[in-house]
Amino acid sequence: MRLKLFRQHPLMKPLSAFLFLLLIDAIVIPGFFQFSIKNGHLYGSLIDIVNRASPLILTGLGLTLVIATRGIDISVGAVAAIAGTVAVLLLASPAFAHNPMLWAVAAAIVCAILCGIWNGLLVVGLGLQPIIATMILMVAGRGLAQLLTDGQIQTASYEPFFFLGSGYLFGLPFSVYIVAAVFVMMTGLVRGTALGLFIEAVGINPVAARLAGIRAGAVMLFSYALCGACAGLSGVLICSNIQSADANNIGLLLELDAILAVTLGGTSLDGGRFSLAGTVIGAMIIQTLTYTIYSLGVPPEFNMIIKALVVVTVCLSQSSELKKIWTMVRSQLPARYVKKTS
Amino acid sequence: MSTGTAAILQLTGISKQFAGVRALHNVDLNLYAGEVHTLMGQNGAGKSTLIKVLTGVYSPDQGAIDFDGIQIQPASTQQAQQLGISTVYQEVNLCPNLSVAENIFIGNYPKKFGAISWKAMRDRARQLLLKLKIDIDVTQGLASYSLAIQQMVAIARALNTQAKVLILDEPTSSLDDAEVQLLFGVMRELRSQGMAILFVTHFLDQTYAISDRITVMRNGEREGEYLSSALPRLTLVNKMVGATAPAEPAARTQPSPTNAPAANFDGKSGRASVAPFMQVTRLAKKGSSYPFSLTIRQGEVLGFSGLLGSGRTEAARLLFGADKADGGHITIGGKSGIWNSPLEAIADGIGFCSEDRKHEGAILSLSVRENMHLALQARAGIFKKIPLALQQATTAKMVQLLGIKTADMETPIGNLSGGNQQKVLLARWLITQPAMLILDEPTRGIDVHAKQEIMQYINTLSRSGMAVLLISSELSDVLNYSDRILIFRDRKICGEFNYGELSEDSMQQVIAGGHAE
Repeated sequence: MRLKLFRQHPLMKPLSAFLFLLLIDAIVIPGFFQFSIKNGHLYGSLIDIVNRASPLILTGLGLTLVIATRGIDISVGAVAAIAGTVAVLLLASPAFAHNPMLWAVAAAIVCAILCGIWNGLLVVGLGLQPIIATMILMVAGRGLAQLLTDGQIQTASYEPFFFLGSGYLFGLPFSVYIVAAVFVMMTGLVRGTALGLFIEAVGINPVAARLAGIRAGAVMLFSYALCGACAGLSGVLICSNIQSADANNIGLLLELDAILAVTLGGTSLDGGRFSLAGTVIGAMIIQTLTYTIYSLGVPPEFNMIIKALVVVTVCLSQSSELKKIWTMVRSQLPARYVKKTS
Repeated sequence: MSTGTAAILQLTGISKQFAGVRALHNVDLNLYAGEVHTLMGQNGAGKSTLIKVLTGVYSPDQGAIDFDGIQIQPASTQQAQQLGISTVYQEVNLCPNLSVAENIFIGNYPKKFGAISWKAMRDRARQLLLKLKIDIDVTQGLASYSLAIQQMVAIARALNTQAKVLILDEPTSSLDDAEVQLLFGVMRELRSQGMAILFVTHFLDQTYAISDRITVMRNGEREGEYLSSALPRLTLVNKMVGATAPAEPAARTQPSPTNAPAANFDGKSGRASVAPFMQVTRLAKKGSSYPFSLTIRQGEVLGFSGLLGSGRTEAARLLFGADKADGGHITIGGKSGIWNSPLEAIADGIGFCSEDRKHEGAILSLSVRENMHLALQARAGIFKKIPLALQQATTAKMVQLLGIKTADMETPIGNLSGGNQQKVLLARWLITQPAMLILDEPTRGIDVHAKQEIMQYINTLSRSGMAVLLISSELSDVLNYSDRILIFRDRKICGEFNYGELSEDSMQQVIAGGHAE
């Protein structure tokens, strides 16, 4: 009975997929699980994967809530570009001479939250379909970031800023701490309060949720705003890591990987039940996959195809139609009409 | 009557379990051509499960289904339909945004040269509906018609395929009397053409009006099969509920002593002494309710009656803020205004059980516990999360108090039978300890026993001071349990009566417009 409960746990599928991937890596990539200490920093494949996955994990965490309300936000990549650009530009501005980093990052996140609120208002206030509503910012947002940078790559020169995306603390990459802090805060927010329940109720049946007294609009608006904040933070991390703002490339196609991470983590695109931990695992699967492909020396073109295969497999494993077809096929294996013997 | 001949559809020894819960155990069922066979039983007796086994939604763990002498294993509803077993479900499963004609022929469009022949589809849809004596524009969207018409469309759709067996799962639960008679006419016609009809209902009157044969189920087992002419009503009820049957329905039309309202509502002097809970002044909304005024007192059961579409539900929705009024005001405890959202009404102690359980009540994939605590949690606010241990204790208490049948409190509410879902939703409001509870068709689709339990419980609550607004299509419910009755017609209140001033007959006259005040 306990084993069954364990097997039915919603995290079981993503977790076993992740472990399976690690197992393959342990076999095909020599020294995959080895760690070494250089200059007091911990190095190793796993550390590298977590570090590189941080922007994706952050974006995915925010997107999980939006998807749980039965929405979607495909503007996260563009929002990351806006926030990253704003942070880099402000760092170079003389107005931010005192304690520049804190204010620049805060301003970037505020911009990202405003983007999220804009998306939320289009969806909640005007009733636009989420994919269309957020497509507006997906297209316009990157353009806005390009306007801000005059179409040039803006380099950052303020050293402490680089610490966010490439610094080390107690031997681990600093971005890992950021991800951990955001994960803990968000888990506390959705499970320590009734927010998670309300999000799920709104995602499953918005009409019934409203009649039970839940302010469905406010819950959705908040989700989009939080999703914007997460995307903004990941944009800042990306810029800090590459020490510049490249409006054309920051968070390019990040929305697709983020949606994939959420789905891999077991949150359905139909809304309802969601899992933040699942999204973290989903993002790790994607990054591990990329890492594996590169380490094996497979041409990067194949990366897309392999990712596509993984997506198809995961989606099929969640499909209730397929399950139905399977049971139907099984039940029909013996003759469909059996003549009565008596 | 074809008692001597072999059954066209024969179920033998059907058993089905869900996650350790026994839903069906060794059930037999025989349907004969040219007969209306009624399936009766309480909530959770296994009626719905049996039908789902019969129509291929579930596959039985054990047992056999023989159709026309051939053993079949329908693996889907489509397959069952191809074989000749058509079903109309309790909750209308049609596409509201498609036209009536498209709904009838969905998945089975008449084709001409490989393309859909829209004209043939319209003509045949019209013919099918005319057979049911319904003359409507079949090109209109289904959503523009009443639930009753939608039900008829669902039946027309079932008849479109060459069915030999027609299953009607509580088709009358949302129909008014005239429409029920219309449906019965259709059923009699089909019966005379040799159709075997399986009819599921909770209404005893309807059972005796139409059926030739009755199968009674209890606790997932078949209690027995009877000819309806040989089964007295009281015996039937006893068989449905087991030995401890309350003396229903014979006494239903007369007020029993426990149902009699408290003395202070009888005389006008006594009534005035009871404080009003809510005063409504010319509340209105364009397109749904003309201005209406009323007063609801503490501890009073106020009944709303009227035909479907008479405006009773629309009025109740304004009282809860489910729809926002655009005129008039509500006065509660000295404050005056209108609700901007249901949350405001909930904060002032009002609860609302919608008539549309599936779309406006239950949140199907959330658990029993979560569904039950939604309103209480919404009122407390996002940050005051009700501790899990407290939620569990409350849920356990309500499950026991209302006799909710569920595997455990973390089971998704969608896995429960309709009546048990309704009890969970009732509990959702009861735990908010409302000062006023609006119940829109609280007993729709619920069996006799559970219905009486729920009504008795509501009665007790109102005696302890809660105001109850009761909306029901069943006249006897409104008559027996209401201290006062407001009758709606054409989106207006057309009459107010005290307890005892109306009989079922005179009430029907007022509802139909016989002698409006």
